[in-house]
Amino acid sequence: MAVLLLAEVTGGELQLDATAKAVTAVKGLGDVTALCVGAHARAAGEAAAKIDGVARVLVAEDAIYGHRLAEPTADLIVSLAGDYDHIAAPATTDAKNIMPRVAALLDVMVISDIVGVVDADTFDRPIYAGNAIQTVKSSDAKKVLTIRTSTFDAAGEGGAAPVENVAAAANPGLSEWVEDTAAESDRPELTSADVIVSGGRGVGSEDDFKLIETLADKLGAAVGASRAAVDSGYAPNDWQVGQTGKVVAPDLYIAVGISGAIQHLAGMKDSKVIVAINKDEEAPIFQVADYGLVADLFDAVPELIEKL
Amino acid sequence: MKVLVPVKRVIDYNVKVRVKADGTGVDLANVKMSMNPFDEIAVEEAIRLKEAGKADEIVAVSIGVKQAQETLRTALAMGADRAILVVAADDIHTDIEPLAVAKILKAVIDEEQPGLVLAGKQAIDNDMNATGQMLAALLGWSQGTFASKLDIEGDHALVTREVDGGLQTIKVKMPAIVTVDLRLNEPRYASLPNIMKAKKKPLDEKTPADYGVDVTPRLSVLKTAEPRERQAGVKVGSVDELIAKLKDEAGVL
Repeated sequence: MAVLLLAEVTGGELQLDATAKAVTAVKGLGDVTALCVGAHARAAGEAAAKIDGVARVLVAEDAIYGHRLAEPTADLIVSLAGDYDHIAAPATTDAKNIMPRVAALLDVMVISDIVGVVDADTFDRPIYAGNAIQTVKSSDAKKVLTIRTSTFDAAGEGGAAPVENVAAAANPGLSEWVEDTAAESDRPELTSADVIVSGGRGVGSEDDFKLIETLADKLGAAVGASRAAVDSGYAPNDWQVGQTGKVVAPDLYIAVGISGAIQHLAGMKDSKVIVAINKDEEAPIFQVADYGLVADLFDAVPELIEKL
Repeated sequence: MKVLVPVKRVIDYNVKVRVKADGTGVDLANVKMSMNPFDEIAVEEAIRLKEAGKADEIVAVSIGVKQAQETLRTALAMGADRAILVVAADDIHTDIEPLAVAKILKAVIDEEQPGLVLAGKQAIDNDMNATGQMLAALLGWSQGTFASKLDIEGDHALVTREVDGGLQTIKVKMPAIVTVDLRLNEPRYASLPNIMKAKKKPLDEKTPADYGVDVTPRLSVLKTAEPRERQAGVKVGSVDELIAKLKDEAGVL
């Protein structure tokens, strides 16, 4: 049994954490070949070769892979697929773009966002934004998987796998990269932040939402918002945490003025530690909070900012 | 240009999901169902393209149970021109896999020849995030996934995508599949007169057999379980106590 793992490479650099966690998820399935794709991917390949559990590294360097566009990258993976029973990748936005395309080209179902490997054909994955965990068994000859990395520990380093080059596949010429715009703020990205401070309808206005941002900046945290706060115009849509927004699992999640609607809880209940600040002691958010403070947020948050 | 918009009937996003006690799935009986929120955004974008004179016809397609008719009527009430329902299951608990959905959509597209497909980036039930990409693969078309901005310019489209760590803009060749993310627009509510008018818009019913597609699932669901329950914690009496707990007990500050 052999596994082809699409390593996460951004701008020529290996994203070690995501890749090493994905290695942990799949190394029980067979020898792991890590595939590093990019305009420049050799250095990423050398880095991937050191991950424990990686048996071989393939490097595909070509200008057409510079931004890992789905169409050429999927064609490359399909050109290599013959030797492998499992084709996997950490569930980043790049992989979620590429892997279903790979699966369809191979006429197999993709199995997205797995959180557990039961055996070579059977995997656990969250559905309904994590409100249920489904165990699915694939009858396909090849399994195409993406891996939710937050549930696996990173594999260590110390390996010395051989690194080989592979030829680029033909460019289908369907799309071109135009530009990347990095997130404008200095704050960490919501889905990978260690700490998140989120505000809800209780914050009351766009102006008062600054209070949430100040607390976040004090903690070096990302800022989130409930759908109610977004719908009320207090916060932009890309801050939305919940079933229809982003699903997050930081070490610390501070929910301020958030009642805890089901759709919000679905997006944050896997956080390690949850703090809720709300003046309504009956608010459902307290049922999932590790630490609840029943207080007016306009008293508690400024005090928190001052004392931290 | 004709725009095709696939829509899915899913559990309403405000309903608490209950796993059936016997572990066979999620209970959908007598539960409020709605259009997948991401699909509403796709329908809205198609309507805006039509209003801007860039699209002339919007065809909504749903694949699933007969009740998905209601979802299509919602799309028609929002502003789609006609609808196609492919009845692929009798039981409301049967979820047609993205690969089979993509195959049916490919057959519909071969007939309809749209210039653009606008789809939700994922359905909030199976969370697979796959149908658009799979459809693009089967058609050999370009794909612009997780779109937060879309500009159609002749034979290509500029798609701004929500990616880890920011935004990426790509130029895709038309015809294309674009899957939409939350920031693209805010869907309108259908007005009562439009809801009435939607009842008279054409809705064709088909079956997977009409398109020669086998919808047998590739994945069998062995069980569906509740996620690990979270224990309610403690209430603290003051900000000082909260800070102390976070520092000493939780070790997160």
